[in-house]
Amino acid sequence: MADEILSVRDVTKHFPLTRGVLFQHEVGQVKAVDGVSFELRKGETLGLVGESGCGKSTLAKLLMGAERPTSGSVYFEDRDVFSLSKAELRRLRRRMQLVMQDPYTSLNPRMTVGDIVGEPFAVHGDPEGGRGRRVRELLEIVGLDPDHVNRYPHQFSGGQRQRIGIARALALRPDVIICDEPVSALDVSVQAQVMNLLADLQREFGLSYVFIAHDLAVVRHISDRVAVMYLGKIVEIGDEEQIYDHPTHPYTQALLSAVPVPDPTKRTGEIVLEGDVPSPTDPPSGCRFRTRCWKAEEICASEEPALEVRAGRSDHPTACHFAAESARA
Amino acid sequence: MSDEEVSTGPLLAVEDLHVEFRSRGRSVQAVNGLSYTLEEGETLAILGESGSGKSVGAQAVMGILDSPPAHVTKGSVRFRGTELLGLPEKKRRDYRGAKISMIFQDALSALNPVHRVGDQIAEMLIVHRKTSRGEARKRAVELMDHVRIPSAASRVNDFPHQFSGGMRQRVMIAMALALEPDVLIADEPTTALDVTVQAQIMKLLAELQKEMRMGLILITHDLGVVADVADRIALMYAGRVVEEADVEDLYARPAHPYAEGLLASVPRIDVRDRALTPIKGAPPNLAAIPSGCPFHPRCPRARDRCSTEIPELRLFEGPSQAGEGAPGRSGARSGTPSPHRSACHYAEEVSGGR
Repeated sequence: MADEILSVRDVTKHFPLTRGVLFQHEVGQVKAVDGVSFELRKGETLGLVGESGCGKSTLAKLLMGAERPTSGSVYFEDRDVFSLSKAELRRLRRRMQLVMQDPYTSLNPRMTVGDIVGEPFAVHGDPEGGRGRRVRELLEIVGLDPDHVNRYPHQFSGGQRQRIGIARALALRPDVIICDEPVSALDVSVQAQVMNLLADLQREFGLSYVFIAHDLAVVRHISDRVAVMYLGKIVEIGDEEQIYDHPTHPYTQALLSAVPVPDPTKRTGEIVLEGDVPSPTDPPSGCRFRTRCWKAEEICASEEPALEVRAGRSDHPTACHFAAESARA
Repeated sequence: MSDEEVSTGPLLAVEDLHVEFRSRGRSVQAVNGLSYTLEEGETLAILGESGSGKSVGAQAVMGILDSPPAHVTKGSVRFRGTELLGLPEKKRRDYRGAKISMIFQDALSALNPVHRVGDQIAEMLIVHRKTSRGEARKRAVELMDHVRIPSAASRVNDFPHQFSGGMRQRVMIAMALALEPDVLIADEPTTALDVTVQAQIMKLLAELQKEMRMGLILITHDLGVVADVADRIALMYAGRVVEEADVEDLYARPAHPYAEGLLASVPRIDVRDRALTPIKGAPPNLAAIPSGCPFHPRCPRARDRCSTEIPELRLFEGPSQAGEGAPGRSGARSGTPSPHRSACHYAEEVSGGR
């Protein structure tokens, strides 16, 4: 257990749906995250994929301690994040940082780059050798010109802004970085720059990443292990090769089949799912994927499949009653 | 589709199109000499990153750019031989929607939120075809059925917000197809959608295109989508086409360093542990496009000449392009491979050097 830095245990997050202005009453719940467990190991990248509304961004907020879970717990090393005092939580936040999707709205346009990257020191105290020196060092680490400390965000391109966000995340020498769609707002030619930077930083500083994205090719490229989410639950988790080359959950298979490959000699796979993701306010009974699944039978509606190792594949649990490598029913 | 039209040349021919945005004395060159042709039943992908001019170029073809600030300063857009640029607005309207139609990325803002979807589809027919209201409504249901919206008859009175993203995209497609256009321009039609829904919509578009023998222009930044559906590609950079070829040809033998760079920088779902080689720098600011070849500041092969001399989009001496190799897509150009052009001084070297 020693090599797990972050451990999520049966976490749920339900948002109440209310009606009425003066006399608000609850009419239902959005089950954004509904019983998620996983571990992040030291130095690894765990990819988290799923379509919009599957709960991946809510999960990011829970991991950062920015939202309290409805139930369940998040352990950082061996300490329960949500039972810490405010001061303890602040200390812990030094070690866990967030990189966000949109490099345009996540940087304050009125602050200079130096102030943005140095802001964490205003909260957590100046580093050895002084703030200015460390900021210049950080800019250099992420491949920006240290002489640009006095410029403003609008003077940088999208890719450079994302580097600024990464420099800020690195300021306090964290152990874990949660990346929430860090490259999806970037052009293809720039996206690769940022992905390579993240990989270099991981090697250099021994960082652990939770990498949240909807782009399955990006996730494959950067991840050691991958968890696939659907409607607030993890349906399959395993190492990158298990998930991409030997998926056993029908949803994973359909998702992979839908991704167009940049190679005209390979056409997109044959599984085209019907319909959309159902509403998380009223998820289907039993297995949540059954309404779109071609393998669904009676048991799928009555009994929720647990995320467990099936068919003897250790370390590759899947939540399907009919898990199999073959996609055929 | 009427007989009166003179059928000369390709279905749609865009030549040397220039679009400029002017405001308060500043001008931005969004499109700088865009040329392409489209045949019946063919899918042409216009591939480019943000700011490459791919959407503005399409809007100029549709004639829906706001002027000012946009000005089409030069060029020609011919539909079956008829020049569209310079036509009076009243005449132009006969082509828009009826001959050339367009769908957009964001269906929620393209549809009117306070009108029922059935009315919005029917409006096309009432305005353009003078169809009666009742007849148009009936046709709207048929169209919704046609784009595979489940239980269309009961959803025809719903408002756009009552549909999911994928279904809204289908409503927009139904509207665009209401007048049975010959050319459909799809501007990032699936970018806002989840990948499983994207697959549904792309499949639907391909089926409809085949059935209606439309020419399809697919504007996108996604190299995967292009590889999947297009017959030909025009790759844009800084408002110009920098490379044009059959899809197989371009992916197998890119002849412009930008195309080569893009292919090397995109992660692939079907390959393990692929090293990514990014293109350095960022796409140019259109208010200050670099001199010579606009790609030269980012190009690993750039030499002195590249910063002074604008390379023309030209045929080049490649490793035998025609002949052997896989037969082309079942596109409109039935077998004959279309020319492979590149706007690089060193296209021969780039295409041979792999």
